[in-house]
Amino acid sequence: MPGMHRNRVKGGAATASGTEAGAGREIGGKPEDSAPGNRDVESIAPENMNEGSTASENMNGGSTAPESMMNGGSTAPESMNGGSTAPQNGGREKAAASGGASGPRISRQRMFQLAAAVLFNGYAAGFHKGKIFTGKSKAVCVPVLNCYSCPGALGACPIGALQTALGGIKHHFPFYVLGMLMLFGIVLGRVICGLLCPFGLVQDLLHKIPLPKWKVPRKIDKPARYIKYAVLAVLVILLPAFAVTESGVTPPYFCQYICPAGTLEGGIPLLLADSGLRQVAGALFQWKLAVLAAVLLASVVIHRPFCRYLCPLGAFYSLFNRFSFYQMNLDSSRCVGCGQCEKVCPMAVEVTRDCNGPECIRCGKCKEVCPVQAISCGFVRREGKA
Amino acid sequence: MGSRNRKYRIVRFSVLAAALILMGIGLWKQEQTEVLGKAVRICLECIGIG
Repeated sequence: MPGMHRNRVKGGAATASGTEAGAGREIGGKPEDSAPGNRDVESIAPENMNEGSTASENMNGGSTAPESMMNGGSTAPESMNGGSTAPQNGGREKAAASGGASGPRISRQRMFQLAAAVLFNGYAAGFHKGKIFTGKSKAVCVPVLNCYSCPGALGACPIGALQTALGGIKHHFPFYVLGMLMLFGIVLGRVICGLLCPFGLVQDLLHKIPLPKWKVPRKIDKPARYIKYAVLAVLVILLPAFAVTESGVTPPYFCQYICPAGTLEGGIPLLLADSGLRQVAGALFQWKLAVLAAVLLASVVIHRPFCRYLCPLGAFYSLFNRFSFYQMNLDSSRCVGCGQCEKVCPMAVEVTRDCNGPECIRCGKCKEVCPVQAISCGFVRREGKA
Repeated sequence: MGSRNRKYRIVRFSVLAAALILMGIGLWKQEQTEVLGKAVRICLECIGIG
């Protein structure tokens, strides 16, 4: 449980082997500053360790994390390290080496992301025809930010549907959409962001481009994360609900002025396929292209900038992250405080302090890199552990 | 830890129940047709034209 291991981490750090403790103390520069909770990351520097680990995960992820992410929370240390539960990296290195020998392998996270992207956008003919799917499955919202004007989309975008309900001609309380969003949030939490979101996949892939990475200083990063809550409250809820226009219908402000996923998944494919739409595209489309370009360029140097700072859907799910049925679990009796988990976390979550905090997208990178398999994830069992 | 787990469990199942009730009300009010109606037409605002 989140608060359980705070003291344990510090104690564990003292008992860790020199190599592991040293590895865990490189982030902040000064050893004492880099202990969990005291890290000073205010530097513009390539995320050497982070990126190295990420690349390693991408190449060998399948071999280093063989158990399922969704298997109900099996910690399964044996499967990770050949049966050894001792705090060592040897088994992992061997596994990585064997994985590397068999060639590049796609990580489990990437497999989930690709499968979800195909599943939610399976109407391939739409891209060719330049038309969108009109089947009844579009009465159901998908759990991710996936524009319903994407030619391949098989479901409705929950954020678009929420704005429509609030700002439509009826201006009613969105029972159906809100209930569905709460259902997704309480069952899965932000694992939706980490494993299912197609726009998250796009950002992840762009971040693989081998350019220097910027670790956003904490004094900027922390307050900036609240922007997404403001976007949710103002653009998605308040303006559509209360800023009624003369026609009685309010536009979906977030979709209209911000949503880069809509531009990428809907706007660009439709405009490429339809010359009529190309002719009516004007300043608004150029603005949206600029927003998209800014997000995509930022994704190269910052990991998931849209998810961190702007996504209203991520903001909504983060409210449920601590209580969702799908949880992360850190076994404080195993944790040696090496800090590897926090170093590889793409969302800069303080894993050893609060592994179920609102920013955790449950991508599983911390679990893969933990040398003692202290981190597990899955659906909570009766006793409250994942 | 035990009381926290119990609290979380109560919250978890309460939210789940609330979500299902809201969805039920929404379905009873035929709100899914509104979602479908919006989703099967190209949303010009969403793609940056409207």
